[in-house]
Amino acid sequence: MTNASGTVASLAGAVKRYGALTALDGLDLMLHRGELVALLGPNGAGKSTTIGLLLGLIRADAGRVELFGQEPQRIDARRRVGVMLQSAMLPATLSVGELLRQAMSYYPSPRPLQESAELAGITDLLQRRYAQLSGGQQRRVQFAVALCGRPELLFLDEPTVGMDIDARQKLWAAIRRLVAEGCAVVLTTHYLEEAEALAQRVVVLAKGRVISDGSVEALRSYVPLTRIRCLTDLDPLAIARWPNVAEVTREQGCLQIRTEAPEQVLRRLLDADLGLSGLEVSRAGLAEAFAELTRADAPQQEVA
Amino acid sequence: MDAARIVSLQPASDAMPWRRVLGAYVEEARAECLRYLRAPGFMLPVMLFPTMFYLLFGIVMNHGGNTDAARYLLASYGVFGVMSPGLFGFGVSLAMERENGLLTLKRALPMPPAAYLLGKMLMAMLAAGGVIVLLLTMATLLAHVPVSPPQAIGLLLTGMLGVLPFCAIGMFVGTLIKGQGAPGVLNLIYLPMSFLSGLWIPLPMLPVALQRIAPLWPSAHLQPLALDALGAAHVAVWPHVLVLAGYTVAFTLLAARRLRRMG
Repeated sequence: MTNASGTVASLAGAVKRYGALTALDGLDLMLHRGELVALLGPNGAGKSTTIGLLLGLIRADAGRVELFGQEPQRIDARRRVGVMLQSAMLPATLSVGELLRQAMSYYPSPRPLQESAELAGITDLLQRRYAQLSGGQQRRVQFAVALCGRPELLFLDEPTVGMDIDARQKLWAAIRRLVAEGCAVVLTTHYLEEAEALAQRVVVLAKGRVISDGSVEALRSYVPLTRIRCLTDLDPLAIARWPNVAEVTREQGCLQIRTEAPEQVLRRLLDADLGLSGLEVSRAGLAEAFAELTRADAPQQEVA
Repeated sequence: MDAARIVSLQPASDAMPWRRVLGAYVEEARAECLRYLRAPGFMLPVMLFPTMFYLLFGIVMNHGGNTDAARYLLASYGVFGVMSPGLFGFGVSLAMERENGLLTLKRALPMPPAAYLLGKMLMAMLAAGGVIVLLLTMATLLAHVPVSPPQAIGLLLTGMLGVLPFCAIGMFVGTLIKGQGAPGVLNLIYLPMSFLSGLWIPLPMLPVALQRIAPLWPSAHLQPLALDALGAAHVAVWPHVLVLAGYTVAFTLLAARRLRRMG
């Protein structure tokens, strides 16, 4: 192992089947201390199964799963873990403070209640009953429950669903702070900009296997194209014949060009149309790389 | 893998002091009790049904002011009242929590597994105790049934311990059914079982066939114990206690097996 900071959890050749369906097909994954890993993949790729195995909620049919060098079913291993699941309804009639105190009691040396509340941005909600909170506020309480035990490994399953932009930014800041403290974080999300903003490492799953594992940069370079958008009267068909132009599309008068050599195409474009306006140049984002990757993985579907 | 081993050997938080483990049990029980005491949808039916029945049949309809009848009905409705926090407290909450993800979250969190069940058990025992206290108050104040302090304490203990077999049955039903379907199924157990055990109409007044199968129902074993505690009958206590303990163990084992398998 090259990473000197240590492995906190690992799956090796993990296989999990549900009847005829193979949810995980020999998955290998290592999580390291202080690392934020985004787990991406289309629905049914095996993200939930992976997390279920690491938390000891289900057992693998084959392969090995370890949490801090132990079986995840061992409560000692899970005392070092914090969890925020996608759909968990906390007891509605308890107050936020009571819920936090209850979760803190499970851990050997929890964070002080006030500190957890501050991190999750819920200090003003402590007296309120859980049922009275909005969806976004409830998610923040669940986040506080996840971090209150001073975990060394934090699982966040779609943490920002139902949050407004402000709340999402605050949660991101809190996650960064936890990572800076040395906490490893496993994040699953449908918002690719979330993975882009937070993750040092992005693992893409498809059909129960890891199809890509690397930095955000590395994943982005999967799609080396840059996108140029502008308002112009030029003929899209003519531009499509220029060198280095991969694709030209036109929607509502706005021309969109995808290219590997934006500098050359731009120079020619500006020369050709002096009245060109509304110019926008952007690199391919994670979303495009992700679409490319998962499309490449499922060619049969396109044929069908 | 050396690094992995080093990480796992760090003392960081591996050992949880027993005082904190105990604290987790206490906190879980406290949260579970608070949670249901504040839920009128649970507490009102549990408290109101037996007390209303007792008010109606034991006091209002009991024209002659017959204290023997009122005493007998105190035991019967006591048992009827004790069954529901067990069946519904355990069964409905488990069925709901299996559906809404709370049980999954608790299994992922380092909650001691027994704390979850002990918390619910304690809540059911307290609710059962509450029902008995209400009924005892009504019996002594409104129906003027003479109840000695040892009798009152005896009935209270019978109720609080007698809730346990119904907790086990409720828990088993909760592992079979998810979510909203549970209350209906539990009522299909609760109401017929109450009737067949002679809680509404004394057993000797029921058809012989029903009297014969009555020993199948746990409530038919709890009622004689309640009557005995109130001095309204004298029965051999231990056979009934053993049957009830058997029900508790059997259904707890069945439920635990299903929970381990599928969560």
